[in-house]
Amino acid sequence: MRVPLSLLRSFCDPELSTDEIASVLALSGTEVERITELGVGGVENFVVGNVVELIAHPDADRLRVCTVDVGDGTNRTIVCGAANVAEGQFVAVALPGAVVANGMKIKLSKLRGVKSEGMICSEEELGLGSSSDGILELDPTEGPAGRPLGEVLTLQETVLELEITPNRPDCLGVWGVARELHAATGAALSAAPWDDDLGSVGSLDGLVVDLDAGCGCSRFTARIYEGIDPTVPTPRAIKAHLIAAGMRSVSAVVDITNYAMLVTGEPMHAFDLDRIAGGTLKVRGSNPGEVVEALDGTSYELNDSDVVIADADGPTSIAGVMGGARSEVSDATTRVALEAAVWNGPGIHATSVRLGLRSEASTRFEKGLAPVMAGRAQAFASKLFELIFACAPNPGTIDIGQGEGDSEPIQLDPAKASSLLGIEVEASSAATTLSRLGCVVEQAGPLLHVVPPPERLDLGRAVDLVEEIARIDGLDRIPSTLPPSATGAASLSDAQRIRRRIEDTLAGLGLFEIAGWSFDSPRIADRLLLTESDPRRSAVIIENPMSAEESLLRTTLLGSLLDAAAHNSSHGIKRLGFFEIGSVYIPASSQSAATEPPRIAGLLSGPSRLPTWRDSEPPSADVHSGVGVLAGLLDTLRVDWSVIASESPEPFLHPGRAAEVLVNGLTAGWIGDLHPQISDSVGVESACVFELDLAKIAEAVPAIQHYQAVSGQPAVLQDLAVIVPRAVSSGEVVRIALESGGEVLESVELFDVYASPELGEDVVSIALRLTFRAEDRTLTEEDASAARALIVNQLNLELGATARV
Amino acid sequence: MIDQIEQLRNSAEAAVTACSTVADLEEQRVKWLGRKAELPNLLRGIRELPADQRGPAGQAANQARTSIEALIDSRTSELAAAEMLLNLATDSVDPTLPGDPQPVPGRLHLLTQTRREIEDVFLGLGYAIAEGPEVESVAFNFDALNHHPTHPARSRTDTFYVDSETLLRTHTSPVQIRSMIDQPPPIRVIAPGRVYRRDDDATHTPQFHQIEGLAVDEGLSLADLKGTLLAFAKAIFGSDREIRLRPHFFPFTEPSVEIDVSCFACEGGKSGAGERCNVCRGAGWIEILGAGMVDPNVFAYVGDHQPAYADRDLQGFAFGLGVERIAMLKHSVPDLRLLYTNDLRFLRQFG
Ligand SMILES: [Zn+2]
Repeated sequence: MRVPLSLLRSFCDPELSTDEIASVLALSGTEVERITELGVGGVENFVVGNVVELIAHPDADRLRVCTVDVGDGTNRTIVCGAANVAEGQFVAVALPGAVVANGMKIKLSKLRGVKSEGMICSEEELGLGSSSDGILELDPTEGPAGRPLGEVLTLQETVLELEITPNRPDCLGVWGVARELHAATGAALSAAPWDDDLGSVGSLDGLVVDLDAGCGCSRFTARIYEGIDPTVPTPRAIKAHLIAAGMRSVSAVVDITNYAMLVTGEPMHAFDLDRIAGGTLKVRGSNPGEVVEALDGTSYELNDSDVVIADADGPTSIAGVMGGARSEVSDATTRVALEAAVWNGPGIHATSVRLGLRSEASTRFEKGLAPVMAGRAQAFASKLFELIFACAPNPGTIDIGQGEGDSEPIQLDPAKASSLLGIEVEASSAATTLSRLGCVVEQAGPLLHVVPPPERLDLGRAVDLVEEIARIDGLDRIPSTLPPSATGAASLSDAQRIRRRIEDTLAGLGLFEIAGWSFDSPRIADRLLLTESDPRRSAVIIENPMSAEESLLRTTLLGSLLDAAAHNSSHGIKRLGFFEIGSVYIPASSQSAATEPPRIAGLLSGPSRLPTWRDSEPPSADVHSGVGVLAGLLDTLRVDWSVIASESPEPFLHPGRAAEVLVNGLTAGWIGDLHPQISDSVGVESACVFELDLAKIAEAVPAIQHYQAVSGQPAVLQDLAVIVPRAVSSGEVVRIALESGGEVLESVELFDVYASPELGEDVVSIALRLTFRAEDRTLTEEDASAARALIVNQLNLELGATARV
Repeated sequence: MIDQIEQLRNSAEAAVTACSTVADLEEQRVKWLGRKAELPNLLRGIRELPADQRGPAGQAANQARTSIEALIDSRTSELAAAEMLLNLATDSVDPTLPGDPQPVPGRLHLLTQTRREIEDVFLGLGYAIAEGPEVESVAFNFDALNHHPTHPARSRTDTFYVDSETLLRTHTSPVQIRSMIDQPPPIRVIAPGRVYRRDDDATHTPQFHQIEGLAVDEGLSLADLKGTLLAFAKAIFGSDREIRLRPHFFPFTEPSVEIDVSCFACEGGKSGAGERCNVCRGAGWIEILGAGMVDPNVFAYVGDHQPAYADRDLQGFAFGLGVERIAMLKHSVPDLRLLYTNDLRFLRQFG
């Protein structure tokens, strides 16, 4: 909300600088987003002038040469283009050195050959309105000539732009802010502007209002003013405040409604009483498809969740958002029905958002105003009608809905407040603070009985009052203490520790961690070539996504990795290594809406190593590079793992270059080269990708290692080369060797794979290094050879392998 | 016989001295001392000598053999050293060529690095790390946290919904509720994780990361909250930092505050050159998080599910901070989107 500082100071002036006031407000809970200085510059060069002579410009039809008395004994010659300038007029003069509101600096000049020693200003040039048709005429009582113009007009204004938190709609009017300032500084607060209401309660003739229950209107009030002279202008001070607050000056009647809102926080609406068809207003839910032409000239189509104010001819206003064109006041209006109502906040918010129509009224109503504010606005507006039109309200006020009932006192225990804040709260000072905020406070033994002001709907419990005391007395008084630990030592859980280890290991292996979006596109399933029955097609769907492309939650991290690869390859970066650890989201049928298993996924593309002068063309990363990364990761974690060729490869992988990852013999993920169709779409030549289930990995990490005696016996090494059909996987060969070598076989290492025509068609030679060791004796070559023979035999049996000699 | 031995010894020593390579010396060793050489032959002949000559002759032969061996050994090591010098002189490389690259390390994402830094501070203060679902119930995300049924944050313009009772959590605060329902007081817990709001502009992404904190006990006060967050601010932004509390509003805390940390880039809003600091925009303070004392309505909700919270005079504090905001402030990252573009040229700079 934009608060003109001079208006604020007129209610409460702590005699502090602008910055000090902003700081007081910020530290008591009203954030100041911006401080703006409005109006003219070089204010000492603006004076009241008197036009003593007026002659036509010799060389320009529309210009006049004025002789203006500016009170310093020497008349000035000023060339003026305004049609309404006249002899004898008192005017606003900007002398050289003045800077008018649009930033133009006034200098001695010549206009069509005639010297001009200043400017006679329009409203717009003084920052006091939008009228630039002619110059601003001053009243002779505002003279004499030479009087500083700043004494007559508000030439400069400071505006505080405040952010009002949603619990404080009472501060959406300047009066509410003034009370905050009063409470925080102790500076005097003037009487409330709505005190001494000129209006009266009771029935009102000439208007019937019918309020449908359940349409979200907690209070509806109206008064009637008759005999209004539509030519009466808005007083300049009010106009200046409205403009500073960011509103336009329209007409005196409309300006009254806006000014009452600016001061009280309660939006009002003025109907031309003669244009209310049937003299009846009906407040009701709108009918779907109903169209209202609003004050802004636009027609809005409503649905059944909006509320309208209708007359005999149909809806005239979108309740709480904007008045209608049909019944708006005009320059012919002499009879006014002035309405102040309080509407359901979220309903107004929904209507305003859906229609894309935000007004000063809707932004206030959506915060949820207190019913008491409607009565206050009526009372203040009556004073303004009296002031401007010398017009008192007709007897009676329409007042439907919730009244201003008395609220129960809240019991506040200062000891509890002290305990909650960690600082001694004394009953007497708490009472002072709460009184300044408008509460009625009575001391009852050690307790305070507190009745909050009716507009403070946020104050209902003792703890709410404790907050008031804390923020007004100053949070800077709260000491800093560290509470003793009540829960003992804290540490990462096993799962959290393992996750960190995985992150560190993958980074150490050369992969960069990415942060992908949880959102995914519905097209991802087709992009990944998923079959119709693939469970990853079933995703958590967002009802109201930012866009269709972000309308579901990912069921694999692969999409995020592909996005990262596409982004970087489009920037010419060839060597890519990424990983992400994050959740995928699996819709659940029963209790919870989804399960969110964390996954580990990675992508490698481009040269598998940095090229060097020794190795200028390292091979491209492929499934073998990926398996190397997995080995680096899973061996670090001491997980028992292996890969086996996939029987039904993942659809997004190259079918001949895909594998399943097993942990403790059970599937824990997949690895392989991307299907060429997908790598093409990402813009990389090829890439290896993998995804593992973090929980399955974490479960397989042994908790604790116990010491194993280091063997003193020497090992016997033997090599074994076997010829197997090409279709046989080496992993299978190693597994069988390990299983069949007996107790003395310690390890099997594959060190060569070789194919050649001499070996035969469709066969390969796989060379293994076998390490044999016995715990209790020194093995002989013969012992080792016997074990090796068992292996050869078993490989032959299971795979048809033959040993090369 | 002794003369013969002496002669052999002289010839052998002359031949050894004349050798110029290690290989020649090996030849000489075989020639003079090998199985078929003269000296061993002579030794074998000593057995045929009369008894009184055997002693002196044997002694002389042994002395001759030892002496020749010693000479060959010493010449061998001399020549070997010389040969090695020669070899080393010809075996040279350009050591200024680039070294063999070790695997180039990757990096943790800046968000992970920042999350861990914050986690570690609170682990040190005795807070366990809790996790909760991102697809959350409306009840835990809003109702339990004292959001009025018509609170605007519930609107479909602000929050992603999966169905009328399920949403993408808008903050990590529901983990407060889950933690309390899971365990009786006292509690010290933080909850890091992803959260979602329907915002997308220069300073908002629809997905971001928060860390929620919760402490519940008897007698915990706003002063304890202040002390805890002061310790946090000093640990993350430097030991000279101060914090200040500003009143604010959150539905689930009362009183509610925002926490500012004194700017780490300037003195009172002015940089070294006297210009307005662009980190704190001249304010001298930077807003870093929201916090407050747990609202009694939150305890009341929890009490309906976990009797350990019902009808007890519990006091607690909670706080919530944005990981992105802390990361961007601390590492001068100008644009939130950089954190989610996953550009290697960005990723390489952190972690
Ligand atoms: Zn700064």
